[in-house]
Amino acid sequence: MAAFHQNVEATIPALRRYARALTRDSDIADDLVQDTLVRALRSEHLFHGGDVRSWLYTILTNLNRNRLRSLARRPALSPIEDNDAPDLAGPEAGGRDIERALATLVEDQRNALLLVVLEGLSYREVAEVQGVPIGTVMSRLARARVQIKNYLDDGRPALRRVK
Amino acid sequence: MIDRNSPVTEDELHAYIDGELSADRMDAVTTWLADHPEQAALVASWRAQAESIRARYGAAIKEPVPQRLKLDQVLNQDRANGRSWATMAAAAAIVAFVVGGAAGWVARGTSAAAPAGFDVFATEALDAYRLYVVEVRHPVEVPGSERTHMTQWLSKRLGEDLRVPDLQSIGLKLVGGRLLPGPTGAAAFYMYENSSGERFTMYCAKADLPETALRYTADEKVAAFYWIDDNIAYVISGPADREQLEKVTKAAYEQVDKTGAKKL
Repeated sequence: MAAFHQNVEATIPALRRYARALTRDSDIADDLVQDTLVRALRSEHLFHGGDVRSWLYTILTNLNRNRLRSLARRPALSPIEDNDAPDLAGPEAGGRDIERALATLVEDQRNALLLVVLEGLSYREVAEVQGVPIGTVMSRLARARVQIKNYLDDGRPALRRVK
Repeated sequence: MIDRNSPVTEDELHAYIDGELSADRMDAVTTWLADHPEQAALVASWRAQAESIRARYGAAIKEPVPQRLKLDQVLNQDRANGRSWATMAAAAAIVAFVVGGAAGWVARGTSAAAPAGFDVFATEALDAYRLYVVEVRHPVEVPGSERTHMTQWLSKRLGEDLRVPDLQSIGLKLVGGRLLPGPTGAAAFYMYENSSGERFTMYCAKADLPETALRYTADEKVAAFYWIDDNIAYVISGPADREQLEKVTKAAYEQVDKTGAKKL
């Protein structure tokens, strides 16, 4: 019991980082983490051993899917490009580029990529979180990387020209 | 991108940068890349992507955790919510008791004036599913811990002897239930969830329609099985995974079935 709580507590900073990348909004991200913690503590009795960290990532990923599903049912308020700062140069530009590139990914691909490169989960752990075979995780990763590369190679000059 | 006879597969290149290769394969790939500048450039671009992602979001892990995300705080707050839930549920029970008669009359009037088709139940249930499944702190009116009270309350409101299935055997915990407006008056709505937070709901409403076979409907995200039995329309909704939903439906069906006649 105490060990369970300690493991949950120790994972909070990493959950915040993952949620931040998923939502691109620190308030929404912290809401998501809070909901994840509430859910985890309530379902503690359903947790039958295993890796607490993977389990928390699973809950957070599913909650975020639910969030996106409910957003999809509302009319879009503003396309991502509208939030662009006019200046694409400078040290912040790289960060915004990758942010936009990530936003173009299919949700499952984005989750897989972030879990691997940002959160350092193994392929096996990501497979567990996403509830799919490892082969599916690898193809999601591969597609995500192709898509980001295409976006960064082609998308950025196009945006610059528009400006 | 990489020809079929290559000693190094594209999967291995991903595994290479993600630290998923064994030490000897690592060396083999490193050597191979030295002779394949095109693939080496690709691998470098993937590494650069990972670096940008870490540069953009990595620092979030070092920020101090805000008070509201401290575990003690979350625990206390959740307990407080639990208390207010119980109070609200008790209040709801009293209101239900008082207005029950009048609502029953309205329900009969509605159903006579606008006889509902079969599919409307699935539509309503899926709307409710989409609306409430995203709720984390207030997904239900009565928590699952008050199953007996909830069953009595909702049975009274629908004017039918309802059964709330126990789905623990397939790993689903009863989150609780709520009352909804339905096409024929009151509808009962129970929510279940598994250990990874996936949710399933069961929707029950009165239906003056003949018994039906089991039907299935789905869009990209959500799906439902629905049927009518003994003047009640039942809808089981969940994520769009037919096999999984079938399992849930079967387990729920076996418990609400009064005649034992229908087969899945």
